[in-house]
Amino acid sequence: MNLLSKIIIPLFVLLIIFFGVKKKVNVYDSFLSGAKEGLVTVFHIAPTIIAMVFAVNIFLDSKFLEGMLGFLEPFLTNTNIPMDIIPMALLRPISGTASLAIMNDIFINFGPDSFVGRLASTLQGCTDTTIYVLALYFGSIKVTKTRYSLKVGLFADLCGIIAAFIITTIFFSQ
Amino acid sequence: MVNIIWASLIFIAIIYSFFTGNIETINNGILTHATSGMNLILEMMPLIVLWTGIMKIAENSGLLEIFSRILNPLLSKLFPSLNKDHKALGYIASNIAANMLGLGSAATPFGLKAMEELQKDNPKKDTATEAMITFLVLNTGGVTLIPTTVIALRMMYGSSNPTEIIITSILATTVSSFSGLMLDYMIRRKNR
Repeated sequence: MNLLSKIIIPLFVLLIIFFGVKKKVNVYDSFLSGAKEGLVTVFHIAPTIIAMVFAVNIFLDSKFLEGMLGFLEPFLTNTNIPMDIIPMALLRPISGTASLAIMNDIFINFGPDSFVGRLASTLQGCTDTTIYVLALYFGSIKVTKTRYSLKVGLFADLCGIIAAFIITTIFFSQ
Repeated sequence: MVNIIWASLIFIAIIYSFFTGNIETINNGILTHATSGMNLILEMMPLIVLWTGIMKIAENSGLLEIFSRILNPLLSKLFPSLNKDHKALGYIASNIAANMLGLGSAATPFGLKAMEELQKDNPKKDTATEAMITFLVLNTGGVTLIPTTVIALRMMYGSSNPTEIIITSILATTVSSFSGLMLDYMIRRKNR
């Protein structure tokens, strides 16, 4: 698996260049014109990224989520859902680095082979940072009316979180 | 919608920290987080420029078209509003493939390019099209086959079987992507 993931990008680049030369495309000029478009894209997404990183980070700094957990605790003690996973589940759609940091903490405190460790691993692998992706992709083409996209994205995340819990329970319960 | 979330995040953060006396951290944050945003852009920039350059070669040589034609049976069901030669399909296919392989940094430039192509025949430039939303649902569902970062971290913390979560991740991803696509499909049908 490790070798495959190392070889795939070089192979992909090789294939593109090879095919380009074979089809008598001026590969160098094509690269330059594409790269120029890429620079314009970066220019377009820069404000979006600064805006999102700023808002998400001061939100995390405020420790608001940790504060809210106290309210949720009574509801969760009746279920099998481990408390420690909740901040990660809540942060997953907003920030990839934040949820990764929480997963890291869970590994340190409980170990990667604990139930909550496996649940965190599954969760990290199963959804992406919906809000960030929407802001970035729509921001890059200046679409402001995003219609039902957030609703669908968050619904998918919620289903993913529930599925992760059920599937981890089925696979790893002794 | 992003508008409201953005405002709420900032609003909650500042008001909450007034109450908890955490205002010092927020104050520092306001001054430093723009820099972290800028650093992220600087990290992404060379990758985006490199990949859009390389993919331009694939586009000009017709390879991108071949690539999208392979995935066409699947893509034409997901994107009924695009005709099968649409340029965006090649980039969508590349984006999904890169995501599946856990190559997140390569996936983003493809995704941005796909959005750009979709925007070209959008009659209302400030409003998302159905195809854009379907694409983003597919994208945020995170169709990752090999969660490389998670496996690496599990290894680092001494898991006895770091890759055991691949199958649970794939199953959970499938549920999440599928339910997103279902809701997307239902909304599209209702709008018609």
